[in-house]
Amino acid sequence: MKKPILTALRAGLIACSVCHLLCHAGPPEATSRALKCPRCGATLHSRKPDSIARTWALVIAACIFYIPANVLPMTTVTSLGMVQSDTIMSGVIYFVQSGSWPIALIIFIASVFVPLLKLGILGYLLVSVQLRSHYRPKDRTRLYLITEAVGRWSMLDIFVVTILVALVNLGALATIQAGPAALHFAAVVVITMVAAMSFDPRLIWDAKEKRHE
Amino acid sequence: MSLAHLMACHDCDLLQRIPSVPEGAAALCRRCGTGLIRNKPKSFQRPLALLFAGAILFVMFNAFPFLTVKKEGLQHKTHVVTGIRQLADQSMEALAALVAINLLIVTGLHLLASLYVLVPVSLNRKVPGMFRVFRYLRLLQPWHMVEIFMLGVLVSMVKLAKMAQIIPGVAVYSLTAFIFVMAAASAAIDPHEVWERWEAPR
Repeated sequence: MKKPILTALRAGLIACSVCHLLCHAGPPEATSRALKCPRCGATLHSRKPDSIARTWALVIAACIFYIPANVLPMTTVTSLGMVQSDTIMSGVIYFVQSGSWPIALIIFIASVFVPLLKLGILGYLLVSVQLRSHYRPKDRTRLYLITEAVGRWSMLDIFVVTILVALVNLGALATIQAGPAALHFAAVVVITMVAAMSFDPRLIWDAKEKRHE
Repeated sequence: MSLAHLMACHDCDLLQRIPSVPEGAAALCRRCGTGLIRNKPKSFQRPLALLFAGAILFVMFNAFPFLTVKKEGLQHKTHVVTGIRQLADQSMEALAALVAINLLIVTGLHLLASLYVLVPVSLNRKVPGMFRVFRYLRLLQPWHMVEIFMLGVLVSMVKLAKMAQIIPGVAVYSLTAFIFVMAAASAAIDPHEVWERWEAPR
């Protein structure tokens, strides 16, 4: 590509992150105070502030919460005096053994595969941006958009616990209690969602422009 | 320099001129391929009708019985809020709050805010703070999780099928209809149509 690439940043413009209105960034000495979008009132940033540091912090926090989320019990069933605790994985194994493997697959994807994939992809994107990689920026942008879109489906297990707790409340016959893993797992989902939101995909493309200079 | 026909890509910051997009078509970023704008049919009638239907269904799935468990002569009736209340009773208040926010509060706010913006827009009127409210609406979007809850209902029914008899109530059907109605409403709304109502102060 011979033509110089013009980004909003180079043109002295900022696109509002919510309503996409193009605004003048103003003189550099004025950038210390927060600029607001005149249309929707969102704070304007040419790039999301401290994107790499914030995303790393959130990714690491999510990794830490992911351990108790998998080790501790998600639910505790008390049935006729018998007490049985289930973790995320033992819930998946229960479905496999009882023959409903499509349900096992859904829970495995939502609770194990997606959170791990998300943390892996965000980690990879952060490292690639920090190394100023030029490797397939279009695909890396796509990877980011998929990560952002798919993360909320991990809330599935939290909703299943909520419904089970409501339904299985039959006194001495059977009751289900939410376990401590539910809280940790909910934290993983929320933190990874915020982490994906704090990552700025425009950083992927900034490395490419530096080379053309 | 006029900025009216220029747009910067949300995902790669490339500044580009936006050609006039025919109805039903979309403009994609030249560099990274992300969708920039999509020209949907210019009408607020359809999304508004769907949003009003959504409001009725929202009240229905909160008011009517949700799932009923039958086992050995025992019958236990639940509502959508039962699980949230039960979590709070088991001293899992944070979790109860998170589920309440993602399932009920964000959903309700989303409906109210959509109606607050779209009713006046469809009548060609302006209301105070409508662009600000529309911004909150865009920010709430990812935290809106009714369809994930519905998948949770299906998983729970399969899980308990061997243990007890589960009878779905009116709320289950209203919730299912609500998901489709809200998805159709958000697909029919062209956010660009709302943003374009704004005029720069001179």
